[in-house]
Amino acid sequence: MATKTFAGVNVDVTEEGYMTDSSQWNKDVAEAIATEQDVELTEKHFEILDYIRNKVASGATLTIRGINKSGVVNAKEFYQMFPGAPLKKSTMIAGVPKPESCI
Amino acid sequence: MEKDEKYKLKKVLLICSKGTIEDVYAALVMGNGAVMEGIECKLFFTFFGMDAIKKDTMNHLHTSTVGNPAMKMPGNLPFPTWLGGIPGIEAGVSKMMRAEMEKLDIPNVDEFLELIVAGGGEIYACKLAADMFGIKKEDLHDDVKAIITVGDLYAMCDGPGTQIIFT
Repeated sequence: MATKTFAGVNVDVTEEGYMTDSSQWNKDVAEAIATEQDVELTEKHFEILDYIRNKVASGATLTIRGINKSGVVNAKEFYQMFPGAPLKKSTMIAGVPKPESCI
Repeated sequence: MEKDEKYKLKKVLLICSKGTIEDVYAALVMGNGAVMEGIECKLFFTFFGMDAIKKDTMNHLHTSTVGNPAMKMPGNLPFPTWLGGIPGIEAGVSKMMRAEMEKLDIPNVDEFLELIVAGGGEIYACKLAADMFGIKKEDLHDDVKAIITVGDLYAMCDGPGTQIIFT
């Protein structure tokens, strides 16, 4: 366990950089993590982050298929908006644990 | 002096030559997993694996109920080979298996291909198998990029950090 400072807020993170306490998250923290991940956040990004946070809070497993069916964004757009490893990046920015999903 | 450097996996080529549920899904899960991790991915279907990209068969794949010692009945009881040979059993078992996969949010084959392509993956069919089975491009799912030769396939394997995986 480590602590990192994002936008003046001390947050607890895992070794890989995922926040362990979702309540420490706010939009400024998200912006700071996104900058580190080379992602520039737009309104649409925040809609996705909200969807992810709600899903995780409800205990559901995140999958690319689920994101594709979310009605917020389709899979292709999702890959373009969080280039590289979208599910990993988006969850990191959303301040939720790293998804344990193979699909 | 021996170098002990680690090279990041950058590209995978997955070859699927069989048409059972488990063989096809092994390739699809690994392919989708690759694009999810930002690894370039190309999937090559050949021989019986062509069933996974043919419009009329892709969502009706079967698993073999004969000669599979790992096959179990509900309750983890052994599944006798003679039972698997009875007409209709293989279709029923395959349907059950697909239903179980749906519960785990594992997509159908066509949807899986779409997700892989959405992530930048590419799907190819084998020319020799297409010729052999009389399969044309229009028989294949729209996400299949092209019917290619083995030479074309190897030409895509350039660059460090590339792996070819045969399932």
